[in-house]
Amino acid sequence: MTVTDPNAFSQDDLAKQRFNPNLAGRYRLDNIFRIASWVATIAGLVVLAFLLIDVLVDGLPRLNWQFLTSFPSRSAERAGILAPLVGTVWLLFITALVAFPIGVGAGIFLEEFSTDNLFTRILEINIGNLAAVPSIIYGLLGLAVFVRVFVDITGGRTVFAAGLTLALLILPVIIVATREALRAVPDSLRLAGMALGATRWQTVREHVLPQAFPGILTGTILALSRAIGETAPLIVIGAQTFVPYIPSFREGGFSALPIQIFNWVGRPQAEFHTNAAAGIIVLMIVLLIMNATAIYLRNRFQAGKV
Amino acid sequence: MQTNPSTAVGTGTAFHVDQASYYYGSFLAVSNVSVDVPERKITAFIGPSGCGKSTVLRCFNRLNDLIPGAHVKGTIQYRGVDLYDKSVDATELRRRIGMVFQKPNPFPKSIYENIAFGARINGYKGDMDELVERSLRKAALWEEVKDKLRESGLSISGGQQQRLCIARAIAIEPEVLLMDEPCSALDPISTLRVEDLMHELKEQFTIVIVTHNMQQASRVSDMTAFFNAQATEKGGKQGYLVEYAPTQNIFNNPTQQATQDYVSGRFG
Repeated sequence: MTVTDPNAFSQDDLAKQRFNPNLAGRYRLDNIFRIASWVATIAGLVVLAFLLIDVLVDGLPRLNWQFLTSFPSRSAERAGILAPLVGTVWLLFITALVAFPIGVGAGIFLEEFSTDNLFTRILEINIGNLAAVPSIIYGLLGLAVFVRVFVDITGGRTVFAAGLTLALLILPVIIVATREALRAVPDSLRLAGMALGATRWQTVREHVLPQAFPGILTGTILALSRAIGETAPLIVIGAQTFVPYIPSFREGGFSALPIQIFNWVGRPQAEFHTNAAAGIIVLMIVLLIMNATAIYLRNRFQAGKV
Repeated sequence: MQTNPSTAVGTGTAFHVDQASYYYGSFLAVSNVSVDVPERKITAFIGPSGCGKSTVLRCFNRLNDLIPGAHVKGTIQYRGVDLYDKSVDATELRRRIGMVFQKPNPFPKSIYENIAFGARINGYKGDMDELVERSLRKAALWEEVKDKLRESGLSISGGQQQRLCIARAIAIEPEVLLMDEPCSALDPISTLRVEDLMHELKEQFTIVIVTHNMQQASRVSDMTAFFNAQATEKGGKQGYLVEYAPTQNIFNNPTQQATQDYVSGRFG
């Protein structure tokens, strides 16, 4: 870096007597903050890389077709991840199918249709609070409502009941994300649509939603990522760790990847710890596929807007 | 060029405003406005910021309905029908009374789709390609965009975007065009093109324009209403109509001292 000369322009500047620019001090502060923010960035990356490498070293050798297609077993070598993997995919679909339309619908209502009154304000505060409620509480709610009260519909401790519970868990996050995305759409678009004699829904449907959709999708994917990593509510609902069959929609027990990983980690034998590492890799791959799908969809929607 | 049969009624009064006041909740924003806007003429609303000229304009297509707590007292009639009567459907009203906004706001879709949207939602039964071409021609934009109808409405210049917005508004065959400072975001050449366009459009449409630019008002308008604002005790601003007369009178021979001061550039 070249050293600058603060007097490069002129020596006898009258204004200089009234200002004290203190350039050296300001640049120093600039540098300190640049380094601090760099360290913060790197710290996160290093921890993540360390975790990834650790898991990959432990789990990669174990990850093979047999592992993916086998049911649990008492011997670590014959045990596999099939049932929890199918369970997690089930959960993903149920959670997304339930939470996405309800969450986006609620977000659209609150942002585009409702007027500002006491009722909507109470709703807003409650949604904000719900987003902060610990997941175990949702698990208890799911146990009481979906497992017990709606047992005829959900079949009790099934993947369906668990999916509904996870949907409740991420609903507030999707609502908040939807509202933020809608709020970012300039009002001039709404006025333009309404001034042409469009109804509110026509305006929202044709002009506002397409603009907000990438943001809504991103929020939904983040929420779903959180949902498939959840363990606590699934334990309360009654997820099992030994499911020697493909779990079905609303019959019989189910398992999920985080539950299986948690169980394997807790065993004394080292071979099961290797299984857990391989399970973590599978879970991460599921997550990566989800995120990739979201990015693909988002880009397609943005390209489709002309 | 085809004319809407319902507009072929000679030169009557489009809007009849009598003792109208506009409130946000309990706050009186604009008080006691009385104007008669003639058909197929250009009427300009001028005045300093906060004088309520845009607010009154937005009463004409009831776009103010979207603001919670806003309401109107007094009479605002369009062709003899009270605009705020329960029997008036605001959505249908906005089809008949088009609007162009201060900042060009084309939809982030193709130029073609920008025009076609209004026609489609209003159940247009004719040939859409023909309508798009006709509207763009009327807005003096066709020659510039005919080869890129599928490109985004945001890809053209600001002046072209504003003419696209005008084309979009006239595509649904309104009777009135409300223009809310349509040139304030445009360069002088684009402004001139829009003003020329207004002169052509007034053959067919009643035009009400809000403008900050007094030269523009004197160039384009037949009638001019001058609004002023006074500070209220609570620090807000309250608008009121000072004078409404033929544009020549407002600029050359105003009856009010405030109008004289404003049009001669002493304030505002």
